[in-house]
Amino acid sequence: MTATVAKRGAKATLVIRDARVFDPASGVDARADVTIEKGIITAVAPAKGKGTGRLLLPGFVDLHTHLRSPGREDEEDIASGTLAAAAGGYVTICAMPNTDPVVDNAAVMASLAEVAESEAHVRVAFIGSISRGLKGEHLSDMWDMAAAGAVAFSDDGQPVFDAGLLRAAFQAALTFDLPLSLHCEDLDLAGAGVMNEGGVSAQLGLAGIPCTAESADVARALEIALYERGRVHIAHVSCARSLAAIRAAREAGAAVTCEATPHHLLLTDEAVRRLDANFKMNPPLRGEEDRQALVAALAAGEIDCIATDHAPHAGQEKEAPFEEAPFGVIGLESAFPVLYTGLVEPGEVSLEALVSAMSTNPARAFNLPAPAIAEGEEANLCLVDIDEEFGIEPERFLSKSRNSAFAGSRARGRVLMTIAAGRTAFKHEKL
Amino acid sequence: MNRNLLSINDLSREEIESVLGTAAKDFLELSKRDIKKVPTLRGRTIINLFYEKSTRTSTSFELAGKRLSADVVNVRAGSSAAGKGESLKDTTLTLNAYRPDIIVLRHPHVGAPAFVSRYTGAHVINAGDGKGEHPTQCLLDIFSLQREFGDLKGLKVAIVGDVLHSRVARSNISGFKKMGMKVILVAPPSLLPRGVESLGAKVAHSLDALAGMDVIYLLRMQRERHEGANYLPSMREYISNYCVGRRHVAKGQRVLHPGPINRGVEIESALADSEENMILQQVEAGLAVRMAVLYRIIVDNAVPLAAGEAEVRNIQAVG
Repeated sequence: MTATVAKRGAKATLVIRDARVFDPASGVDARADVTIEKGIITAVAPAKGKGTGRLLLPGFVDLHTHLRSPGREDEEDIASGTLAAAAGGYVTICAMPNTDPVVDNAAVMASLAEVAESEAHVRVAFIGSISRGLKGEHLSDMWDMAAAGAVAFSDDGQPVFDAGLLRAAFQAALTFDLPLSLHCEDLDLAGAGVMNEGGVSAQLGLAGIPCTAESADVARALEIALYERGRVHIAHVSCARSLAAIRAAREAGAAVTCEATPHHLLLTDEAVRRLDANFKMNPPLRGEEDRQALVAALAAGEIDCIATDHAPHAGQEKEAPFEEAPFGVIGLESAFPVLYTGLVEPGEVSLEALVSAMSTNPARAFNLPAPAIAEGEEANLCLVDIDEEFGIEPERFLSKSRNSAFAGSRARGRVLMTIAAGRTAFKHEKL
Repeated sequence: MNRNLLSINDLSREEIESVLGTAAKDFLELSKRDIKKVPTLRGRTIINLFYEKSTRTSTSFELAGKRLSADVVNVRAGSSAAGKGESLKDTTLTLNAYRPDIIVLRHPHVGAPAFVSRYTGAHVINAGDGKGEHPTQCLLDIFSLQREFGDLKGLKVAIVGDVLHSRVARSNISGFKKMGMKVILVAPPSLLPRGVESLGAKVAHSLDALAGMDVIYLLRMQRERHEGANYLPSMREYISNYCVGRRHVAKGQRVLHPGPINRGVEIESALADSEENMILQQVEAGLAVRMAVLYRIIVDNAVPLAAGEAEVRNIQAVG
């Protein structure tokens, strides 16, 4: 059990004709007819048609999904979250353990895997917590969970504050050669902040979360990772100084992967002026300079993964004054279109960098099978339309929640079909 | 005036002059009469919805409404359904069902008045939202200064003290600048918000900066928000460096304070009792200005939604 998916219906058998097959990892960029038989890609043959304005991409892999199960199934559950993932072109997602109860032992993890086996529309891998109950005091049952198939460990939602515990966690994870996915935030520096600290927070009168709260903790975590030769993945990087720390640690030989979210790559704290709680997340939307640094780092491959930090919240919780509302936004169903439209179309990031960061690189970061469009491979792919512009409409999302920061955005890159683990997981009505 | 007063930036300079003209012409003298009441807003309903403690703001809004003959209802959140966990949206929808004409809101969170305005057809007046804004305080301060100095253009004002936690500072920086004044903030770095330069005011860290000012605007030290934060080495040291006394006030300078004052913290007791301060004029102005705001927000919105037609817009998603 590394990643689990339900065996719904028959394996897919179909031919996807005349799309531009784009799979940088397999070295393919050509118009082709792709034949899938019983869930396996059996032929990738040159297309004879005139082209369709469609891209066939390796399916996406999300390293940072909150499925809210167990505990808040009113916001999301394994069925709805994986359906939302399929609608976004994802074939594998990694569920964060900050649920109620916390995924801090093998029994909880196994019970979730059991649900996934009957309900998941795409593969679900589970991340175990680093500390018991996310309390930051004692290590969780990391080895039991590793044996049960955990792909990484994380106390996401909060930092591992105790440096001694963090060191012990690196050592424990290394026993099974697994990475720690770290939410880096110095809580004393973050204080009671609700948005980025800067000119906008000063003008609005909202308490700020300084970039230093993140970058100081990133630097500390990387020093410990380096010393322990641990595998480390920095979750939701939001500012330039964190990138500098990652660069320095890599130069010193640390094994670091990192992720940025679509919202941090595309939005800034200017959006918070609307005081719409759908622009409230942690880390917060930063200033334009930080956003540009993230985009440049993605283009250069320094940010090797894009993750959604898909964080569903009930409507009534977000429907409150900004300071009262909880942190977090959903992202599975908008990630590719907003990134394609916002970064690839204007030429800021290559399609290759985007697809690699959404598929191959995250798969490698957590030792998951990397989706590939090649003969003999299990079909894990998505078909997207890059011609027609459409509106991002959260009310039409398959997620149970609606708290999107991209509501009302216009985008291209609609996902038309997702085949995950050899089965058709999602098909858009437009197809 | 627009249909709501959420921020001082909802008003242009001309509108500020116009509203304050109404306060001066129609309402300032009223308080000095034996019969302090006019029938202007008879039949109108005003709900004062206060989620935070307040003396002068709530008193003056209540008196202002009553002297205009409106029916005024005061709702204190601690003693209402809001204290039982009702959301701000539901409290608003409930109060809106009574078809009020105006809701005056004091709330501990920034943007709460704008939030409330989405769920009611009533005019919403911000009476202080967290560290955000306090537009009627700003109006009454401008009013008080105009009565003292006449035209405010070119006047220099120092805003002194706990800028970090002050909604008054945020509204007044904008409002004073709008009136052509030059604003300097005087506070230790820890009591200035990061990014303060984007507010368009100069910054100084010493009371030496008070020399050459026309107006010294003191802010209340919000000690209740300082617990455990180490903003200051100690309050004693703050006082020895930043407490403003008569010796800091030059001839011709005037001292304002939005109240409540902390004697011996931001203002020496002797200064609080001296002729150099305008604190009680500010309180008096507050009543006339709030009467003008209540009156004008009704009459300026020429076709006010009749009671019974109160429109509840967009009850669904935010944004």
